[in-house]
Amino acid sequence: MSRQAHERVKPGAYRRFPGYKFIIWLQNTLRKGLSGLIISRLGIMLLMMTCLSIVVFYLVNLQPNLEKLAKEQANNRMTEEQVQSWLESNGYKRPISQRYVEWLGAVSRGDLGYSTRFRKNVSDVLPARLGYTGLLAFWVMITMVPTALLLGILAGMREGSRSDRVLSSLSIMTTATPEYVSGIIFTVIFSSWLGWLKGVSKAGDITFANFALPVMTMAIYGLGYIARITRASMAEVMNKQYIRTARLKGLPFHLIVIRHALRNALIAPFTVIMLQFPWLLTGVVIVEKLFNYKGFGWLLVEAAENNDIDLLLSCSLVSVAVVVVTQLIADIGYVLLNPRIRVK
Amino acid sequence: MQQLSASQIFIHTVICFWPVWLGLAVIFTVSIASRQKTGLYGRIFDSKVAMLGLSIVLFWILTASFAELLAPFDPLEQFAALKRALPGIIEQKSGLPFLFGGDNLGRDLFSRMIYGSRFVLLIAPAATLTSSISGVLLGLPAGYFRGRLNTLLSFLANLLLAFPVILLFHLLVTPGVRETIIPKLMAGLIFLLPIIFFMLLFWSRYGARRQLLWIQLTLVMAFAGWIYVGVVFPDAVEAIGLSDLFPGLDPNELNIFVAVVFASAPGTFHIVRGLTLDLRTRDYVAAAQTRGENPWYIMLWEILPNIRGPLIVDVCLRIGYTTILLGTLGFFGLGLAPESPDWGSMINQTRGFIRIVPTIVLPPTLALASLVLGLNLLADGLREESLKD
Repeated sequence: MSRQAHERVKPGAYRRFPGYKFIIWLQNTLRKGLSGLIISRLGIMLLMMTCLSIVVFYLVNLQPNLEKLAKEQANNRMTEEQVQSWLESNGYKRPISQRYVEWLGAVSRGDLGYSTRFRKNVSDVLPARLGYTGLLAFWVMITMVPTALLLGILAGMREGSRSDRVLSSLSIMTTATPEYVSGIIFTVIFSSWLGWLKGVSKAGDITFANFALPVMTMAIYGLGYIARITRASMAEVMNKQYIRTARLKGLPFHLIVIRHALRNALIAPFTVIMLQFPWLLTGVVIVEKLFNYKGFGWLLVEAAENNDIDLLLSCSLVSVAVVVVTQLIADIGYVLLNPRIRVK
Repeated sequence: MQQLSASQIFIHTVICFWPVWLGLAVIFTVSIASRQKTGLYGRIFDSKVAMLGLSIVLFWILTASFAELLAPFDPLEQFAALKRALPGIIEQKSGLPFLFGGDNLGRDLFSRMIYGSRFVLLIAPAATLTSSISGVLLGLPAGYFRGRLNTLLSFLANLLLAFPVILLFHLLVTPGVRETIIPKLMAGLIFLLPIIFFMLLFWSRYGARRQLLWIQLTLVMAFAGWIYVGVVFPDAVEAIGLSDLFPGLDPNELNIFVAVVFASAPGTFHIVRGLTLDLRTRDYVAAAQTRGENPWYIMLWEILPNIRGPLIVDVCLRIGYTTILLGTLGFFGLGLAPESPDWGSMINQTRGFIRIVPTIVLPPTLALASLVLGLNLLADGLREESLKD
């Protein structure tokens, strides 16, 4: 009986989708209530953070990395013995497990530690930089998502037409050009040649000339992928029976697209858009280095290059949190947006 | 100094690539003539997109293999007079042009771009294959057996996916880590997976035919062991003085290899696991189970051939993605020797001079973008062709 009930809930289209079992599981979880899902995901997040911090902690405490830290902190021309005594006097010689437990204890009390690179508490450095990157990511999303959806819909509504070919090749081209390639080419064109935009971006200064290049670089790289997913989804919807019915009723084409196709075609891209956030975090590092924008990505690189232990650990915690939370939002949104798999 | 005009540069470049054009012509004639017999590969030539993608990819493969023939200069040789030279300047001593100009140290950008393709086309396909085989080997049982194994492996994959790639690179591909045992340990683990894969592959099918099985296993062991020993135990090989006989990777390259595999394997794992979860309920799997087949036989000889379409497409896309990753490494100045002519490092070294000579960064950037574009087009065409059944 229960199995048959499952079969009825499961629409045919989802059998082809490899993750449909997951959706069934999600439905059952949602039936129990959202809180269960959220709590279990938060549990997974904590577990992931712990595992990841162990790995990072181990790697940053390797002997060569500690030596790098000592030389950066005290004196670049220290002898081997001086390095050892510096490490000894600063407590880096104690057993790694003991120091990890100490760090874990401090973090669970909300103390993220001390940044050796910036000589400040991590809690004084991190939030401001995260804010700058959030600002950048916000503008990227604002420009990227509508453009990508528009391109995908225009390409997918007449599959195989000339406009579809042109738009599809455009989106393949943008996905094939990584940020450090397109960013440089844009700088050559808009900054060196035309002189319209600045080649270097100052954090927090929201003006067009300052922000356009990094935003454009990131948005264009991510745009192609979303556009292709939207196009595939739109093309599938346009082949459905109810679209044919609408056509036979004599509805004009633009009304078919806007009223009937659009809503159904936008469900699949939603998940993809949500899963772009973790990617933004990596993309941000490249773009921030390229345009010398001092945000989270710049902080991460600074921390890694100087083996700033506490700061690096906090940065990795932040990225795990971003990945898990966006995935959670994507999962919930997917079920809530899609009336076909909503449980009545 | 003499200077070639834009059209002269173009003609010279086209002429310079003559072995590549010849190779392309030969490959295309042979492939198109025999396309009825070559299955999915032959069907590439039915689609314009796939053919365009294939020709770009082949162009770079041929360029990498004929690099000595194509490059007019040594990629490391510096000409003090030609620092940041404009495209088309003639080098006085040899009378040959710097087709794409000189870089910040006076090296020929054209030759460096050509030699740069070697690094990418050596590491990217090898690392992608290794990571894909690892993903398949772990994804199949996770999807087939489900339960605890699935939960554990999925958690590990998600953990690796949550690890910011840049952080992984910074931690793993630094000069300090190279001296520790970690890259070798990791490599020992990662290269073990393909060996296990091929052993299982033959054992599950030919387990009853002992003689054949022994021959196959010996061949796998000999070939894989040869690579394994050369890559994982270079010190031991050097100690007995046989390092010429074994393939070796720089500690640098080994590090990069390991980092790229770690960054890329979880993706393949997720795809394989999802597809296996879907296919395990099919009738032919049930039939094999009723016959009492070994689970590994069902996974490797019943399910795997049926997911090869999406997998091939994934490998194509992933080689492109790995190319981008390798460029990222160079861009951050990680792991590679500073004078190395790989595209990412070239971009990083020359990008400071775009205000003076805007064309200085174009050769490596366009090369990288075109290779990735070719791989994407090929993957797209392959997907369309494989869906036509």
